[in-house]
Amino acid sequence: MDIRAFAVALTLAAALPGAAVAQEDVRKQAVAQVEFGITVAQKNLWQEAVYRWQKATEIDPTYAAAFNNLAIAYEQLGKFEEAGKAYERAVELEPENLSIQQNYDLFKELNDRARRAQSR
Amino acid sequence: MTARAGLSLASAALATTLVVTGCTSIYEVPIDTPIQAKLDVTPFQRVHVVGFIGGGSDEVDPNLETVRLLRSQLRTKSRLRVIDADPLPLEQVARQQAGGTVTAADAPETGQMALPERIRDEKDLEAYEPLFANADYWKRIGEEFQQPLIVTGTVIFRAHQASGIVTQEREIYDQFGRRTVVPQRVFMERKGFILRPKFVFIDGRTGAVLYQESYREERLYPTQQNVPALSSFFEQMDALLPSFLNTLSTTRVRGSRILLK
Repeated sequence: MDIRAFAVALTLAAALPGAAVAQEDVRKQAVAQVEFGITVAQKNLWQEAVYRWQKATEIDPTYAAAFNNLAIAYEQLGKFEEAGKAYERAVELEPENLSIQQNYDLFKELNDRARRAQSR
Repeated sequence: MTARAGLSLASAALATTLVVTGCTSIYEVPIDTPIQAKLDVTPFQRVHVVGFIGGGSDEVDPNLETVRLLRSQLRTKSRLRVIDADPLPLEQVARQQAGGTVTAADAPETGQMALPERIRDEKDLEAYEPLFANADYWKRIGEEFQQPLIVTGTVIFRAHQASGIVTQEREIYDQFGRRTVVPQRVFMERKGFILRPKFVFIDGRTGAVLYQESYREERLYPTQQNVPALSSFFEQMDALLPSFLNTLSTTRVRGSRILLK
């Protein structure tokens, strides 16, 4: 039993840092996409930013910032449904993030206005 | 050994957490979100703000001022050509359509709602509502002006007084001359104006009402502040103009959001 427990512990100890490194690589790739997206968004190239941030969310589906940025880009392009979904995912991933929450609140206000406009 | 394994597990978990959490950088960006127009105006080349049934304050002619303001806004902020023509005497038209002068005195006999001699508030406007539903009349107006999009409706602009508790900011200086601002609730007499426009959009080809929207604005000022009625009228109109313009054309709402890394 002792030998088995030792073997399990050894395997976990070896595997988990590996998993962390792999996750780190994934996040690095996603961050690179997010950073490029920010650069182009600041130059008002929102379509390109959408492409970059979509890629970032595909590379790392747990990256809240990528979903947050994607939602903002969709807002800028008037794609309210897609923006809503991206914000929801960002909030789900990081419920305590005040910046995401603030963006989401502002979006909801705008979305209500757009909906009122469309329903009339 | 078990303890070492446990330590490895903990450090691995910590490493994962650090990677996942990361250090967040924020970038504030301006955004300019398009809000689609409430009405599809592609079939129209022209817009005709024909006039409004107005009332309330004697200091401002709500019909004339609204016509003038909407036309000037549409000229610069809409792709439609604005027709310049004298505003229609809609009150008179409504009376004619009601079969002459229907007043409060003869209303019970005719079974029609009385058209008040003078429009003072929102209630007085109810009797004029059938005018907007008279498709034949609007179709005739449409034919006269090459079938534009017709903008009409009602506008009440009236004086209003209110007294009550309001929160004001009060400056306090301590013995070292340091200034602090504290909220203070005080009783105040205030006067101002209420603006209640209803915009009705009519298809000049068929005379049918396409869309209508009502607004309510109110501004109250301290009694000692003498705000001219016309100035308050424009202040309040200014607040609802974006929504009016959004009926006919896509508007963009400016704001800012926080991008994260």
